[in-house]
Amino acid sequence: MDDKTRLQLKKTATLIRKGIITAVASAGSGHPGGSLSIADILTYLYFVEMKIDPRNPKDPDRDRLVMSKGHCTPGLYAALAHRGFFPIEDLESFRQADSYLEGHPNMNKVPGVDMSTGSLGQGIAAAVGMALAGKLDKKDYRVYAILGDGELDEGQVWEAAMAAAHYKLDNLTAIVDYNRLQIDGDITKVMNPEPIADKFAAFGWNVISINAHDFDEIEKAVNQAKEYKGKPTAIVAHSVKGKGVSYMEDQAQWHGSAPKKEQAEQALAELDEYLKSLE
Amino acid sequence: MADKIATRVAYGNTLAEIGSNENIVVLDADLSKSTRTDLFQKKYPERHFNMGIAEGNMMAVAAGLASCGKTVFASTFAIFAAGRAYDSVRNSIGYPHLNVKIGATHAGITVGEDGASHQAIEDIALMRAIPGMTVICPADAVSTAALVKQAAEIYGPVYLRLGRLDVPVIYSSDAQFSIGKGVTLKEGNDLTIIATGYMAEPAMRAAESLKAEGIDARLIDMHTIKPIDEEIIIKAARETGAILTCEEHNIMGGLGSAVAEVIVKNHPVPMDMVGIMDVFGKSGKPADLVKMYGLTPENIVEKAKSLIGRK
Repeated sequence: MDDKTRLQLKKTATLIRKGIITAVASAGSGHPGGSLSIADILTYLYFVEMKIDPRNPKDPDRDRLVMSKGHCTPGLYAALAHRGFFPIEDLESFRQADSYLEGHPNMNKVPGVDMSTGSLGQGIAAAVGMALAGKLDKKDYRVYAILGDGELDEGQVWEAAMAAAHYKLDNLTAIVDYNRLQIDGDITKVMNPEPIADKFAAFGWNVISINAHDFDEIEKAVNQAKEYKGKPTAIVAHSVKGKGVSYMEDQAQWHGSAPKKEQAEQALAELDEYLKSLE
Repeated sequence: MADKIATRVAYGNTLAEIGSNENIVVLDADLSKSTRTDLFQKKYPERHFNMGIAEGNMMAVAAGLASCGKTVFASTFAIFAAGRAYDSVRNSIGYPHLNVKIGATHAGITVGEDGASHQAIEDIALMRAIPGMTVICPADAVSTAALVKQAAEIYGPVYLRLGRLDVPVIYSSDAQFSIGKGVTLKEGNDLTIIATGYMAEPAMRAAESLKAEGIDARLIDMHTIKPIDEEIIIKAARETGAILTCEEHNIMGGLGSAVAEVIVKNHPVPMDMVGIMDVFGKSGKPADLVKMYGLTPENIVEKAKSLIGRK
């Protein structure tokens, strides 16, 4: 990746992080922590990798992304808005009764959302169905599923993992946002899902572990997944929950709570400062 | 009425027949020889996917396939399709209103020997409570074939409730059906019996017995429970003044409840229900179980007579 691209991605990711804070603060509820931890990967996928067209969001040949951890709509919506699927200012209507920006993704209301999710473990299964359809139709689109590490508690994740390997869905990439925190705290204390990489490998997946906040590593992993034939790929993305907002980083309490007005202002100021430092 | 064919067999045969449509994909959860999707698999192995014993996963995979334009038939036993997989059906198929047809076989107590854990008696209630879900419960092989074909033609989620047991064919091969339209099997004005699925045939025998006793019952096969045929129900209430529903399902939340919802809003008349009386089933031969749980022509006749007394 050249320096110019990397710098641009850092700027875009910061704008997406600002969108996350704006959405959640406007709503007075929502999930900033896991949205901030996945922001860099969403940025890379939506702004570099994915074959998508905001003017034709239902193009049958497009790449697809399923936010299996459906509560991370702030991240998903901010990425979609900045990519041009809908107006950025609409993020301020997040979770409001008169808005189409549902708390969890709705594929029929929100342009660019490929699957309605919210009940954990189901999104990756739907992604398996999309990848299966791609194989059946001999199309070359790719399917991305983003999972939380806490989501791995759901048995259905592993049912889907088994099915993806069984049908050799090498057009599927699952990305685990490995931020080590779920609502009730440390994932190893709530219900230990580790060793995550070994588990996916044992289920017959190609596994790549990366730093979720390093665009060069993200790019390398996404490209390796595309080249790997015969197996789906799991990218275990080591991340920091709340990444980019000092007081939210590595704090489970910011999984599902919104910053108050002053807190939001501080977060936006920090992100603006970071943006300025990139100039 | 000589032939006896299970509705699940008619389902499998029909899938094999309409399978020439390359858009149709069939999923099963390690029960293809029982749900009879094996009949489709033999002809179109490349479009039949076994998802293993993972019913919830199968339903969400079906949703993903449907989101890419496929018409998906996902099959397993009713107890797992509506019960175990409920959340996937609700959130991944129902909420996004995707084009998945749930072929739920082995519904009701006529599953027989496998017993209560495998006898879905609440699946109609669960499925019809999902917004936008069409719920179909055919009585015989002829209506099953027609309704499966129509289910494939309409867009959106459909729950097809099918039986394990061989049941008499009650329709002639040229009979016409339409999703959402009840079929009047017999005219009559003393009361109306509305039956669904397995209970249509015992209800026909009950109507004959009643006739012999001078009671002229109207008989309706309500093969679609949602959207329910309000017109035929309101007309029956107006013209016959009493309605008895018959279903191989808990009397809570199923056909009886669906009919009652129409009656109380439009034209209240005395009603009663023949069905499972809010208890779980048990192991046994289907013929013994239907007697034990009152799903018989005799019980229908008895309830019909006492219902007429309330008019």
